[in-house]
Amino acid sequence: MSSLSFDIAHLLAGGLVLVSFLELYQDRLLALINIFATHAVVLALSVAWQADIQHAPHLYITALIALLFKAIAIPVALRRIVVKLSIHREIETVVGVGFTMLFGIGLVALSMVVMLRVTPGADPLAREDLAFSLSVVLLGLLMMVTRRNAVSQVIGFMSLENGLVLAATGAKGMPLVVEISIAFSVLIAFIVIGIFLFRIRERFDTVDMQALDRFRGERR
Amino acid sequence: MINGLTDILLIPALTAALLAALPGYRMTARINVFAAFITFAVSCSLFVVQPLPGQYLLVDDLNKVFIVLTTFIGFTTSVFSASYIGHEIENGRLKPNFVRFYHAMYQALMFAMNLALVANNIGLMWVAIELATLTTVLMVGIYRTHEALEAAWKYFILGSVGIALALFGTILVYMAARPVIGEGLDAMTWTVLLTKADKFDAALLNVAFVFLLLGYGTKIGLAPLHAWLPDAHAEGPTPISAVLSGLLLNVALYALLRFKILLAINPAAVAPGPLMVAMGLISCVFASFMLYRRRDIKRMFAYSSIEHMGIIVFAFGMGGALANFAALLHMTMHSLTKSAIFFAVGHVSQIKGTQKIADIGGLTVTNPVLGWGLVLGVVAIAGLPPLGVFTSEFLVVSSTFARQPGLAIILTTAILVALGGLFLRLNAVVFGAPRGTTASSQASYLPMFVHLAIVLVVGIYIPPMLVAGFENVARLLG
Repeated sequence: MSSLSFDIAHLLAGGLVLVSFLELYQDRLLALINIFATHAVVLALSVAWQADIQHAPHLYITALIALLFKAIAIPVALRRIVVKLSIHREIETVVGVGFTMLFGIGLVALSMVVMLRVTPGADPLAREDLAFSLSVVLLGLLMMVTRRNAVSQVIGFMSLENGLVLAATGAKGMPLVVEISIAFSVLIAFIVIGIFLFRIRERFDTVDMQALDRFRGERR
Repeated sequence: MINGLTDILLIPALTAALLAALPGYRMTARINVFAAFITFAVSCSLFVVQPLPGQYLLVDDLNKVFIVLTTFIGFTTSVFSASYIGHEIENGRLKPNFVRFYHAMYQALMFAMNLALVANNIGLMWVAIELATLTTVLMVGIYRTHEALEAAWKYFILGSVGIALALFGTILVYMAARPVIGEGLDAMTWTVLLTKADKFDAALLNVAFVFLLLGYGTKIGLAPLHAWLPDAHAEGPTPISAVLSGLLLNVALYALLRFKILLAINPAAVAPGPLMVAMGLISCVFASFMLYRRRDIKRMFAYSSIEHMGIIVFAFGMGGALANFAALLHMTMHSLTKSAIFFAVGHVSQIKGTQKIADIGGLTVTNPVLGWGLVLGVVAIAGLPPLGVFTSEFLVVSSTFARQPGLAIILTTAILVALGGLFLRLNAVVFGAPRGTTASSQASYLPMFVHLAIVLVVGIYIPPMLVAGFENVARLLG
């Protein structure tokens, strides 16, 4: 593999981690949705590049799904939901941005240490892709934990899932990647439709998950 | 190629499509029962004619046990569900057009679980478990109340994170397999993986197993990843609670066991046992104490499920022929007993119009059959002789005593604590002065008593055929 194609793959995967960090400190939902769209675009580019250097044309389908579905359709739908529920002006209090960022850096370091140490035998591109994708997965989890708003939790989940797609495409010649990415898209579509159809706001007057907690049977 | 293997997938899939198109609940409920019965009958035929494993599907001794258990409880639950749903329509909690959807989802769930069990491909198995999660999420939220939507949402988010982690683990297994087997479908096929697993990169397999344990462990309901389970059980329709506890947890467990076998083959990989033992024990102890503060009857039995899944994972983690045998038996007994309890609880909550333990009382006086059925179920699940759960728990504990007395003491304590918690609540519910409304029930008790009868018979006498079958599987599990 030429060093240029390796460098570009590296750049794109690293870019995905960077955009994950950008997501962590967004306190406005519309801005967060825009950053997520960027996340999906970077993923699409990364997957398309993998398709090219691995000579695996079926990966272009995955890239196309990432681009059309996650970078365009989902952000548009989410924006409509946010505007319709008129929570686009709300500022979400992200607990301790500094702390969250530091924790995120710690998670990235952790995934580098874990993945690079256990894969000395694998080819360098797959190794780094795995380390990067684990970082993206962990950052997505971190975001789901630190956010209380249902919409930002979903975005956290979707960026987590982008990390998984990165890992799956980085694993050279993995079968069923396209099928799995379709299955995941169905899952995400269900989540988004779920927010929309259940009209959480109508039922709960808020999409703040803390308020949802009050409805639990145990705390009454 | 039409054979028993493809039939147990085709029947539920086609029925789901058919039920989605048919209106009315009487007819659809009957079709649901009928299809579930045919699936069960066909799954039994797998013992007679065992189809050869293909690239995507396989039947072996391990998953045959799970398939028959799944299709059997799927069938009995569909019988219970018919009378339960009929009652829900009468009192207006469910709208008829939701019922159409409910029955289609029920068959879709059966399809997804069967697919997860027969998948010969780790990617396909993952997709099937995701599908099972989706269908149950939709059914948990079917009442559209605050609580049901919140439970469905929580289940959705936690379940999705779980299966996301499981997928990462699955990708890592592929990465470990690729250098040995080569690129392509073979590197994700069980039957191929098993023959070559000893040459895989051990470090990669270890990390993969951690992700798989966390991922599928969420679906099994192991503490501390169990948060979705009590809500989903309490707020969904009771037939779904029965299927969740009795079957879906087992399916996730099955996935974990497959990977455990894979790790056990590789000499350099970390032993998966201790991790499973630790998580199982934590779940068991945690859940048994949680039983005491429950005010919702379905929530209480959901915690009891966490406790028992903990025991089962613990026993599988201990490994060895005897512990594996005990775990398999306990899994079967727990599935049968817990779904029987949920059948009873479903009728109880319909008669009393509430799930709050404080509002239910004196069941043995007002509804003797139901009340004593529930007593029998709780006696069974608490692990008292002569019922089957006692036999399996005794085997788990005694096999542990021989090897790790310390762990056995913790386990026994947890089981006793759980017993106390269950009887404390049971006493209030079934004995004493009647509380709440006392409408007579028009229930079908048959599924409940069939399950309890099987549990009783196994407690007294285990048929040699069953013993031989379980022993064989226990050996496979290593």
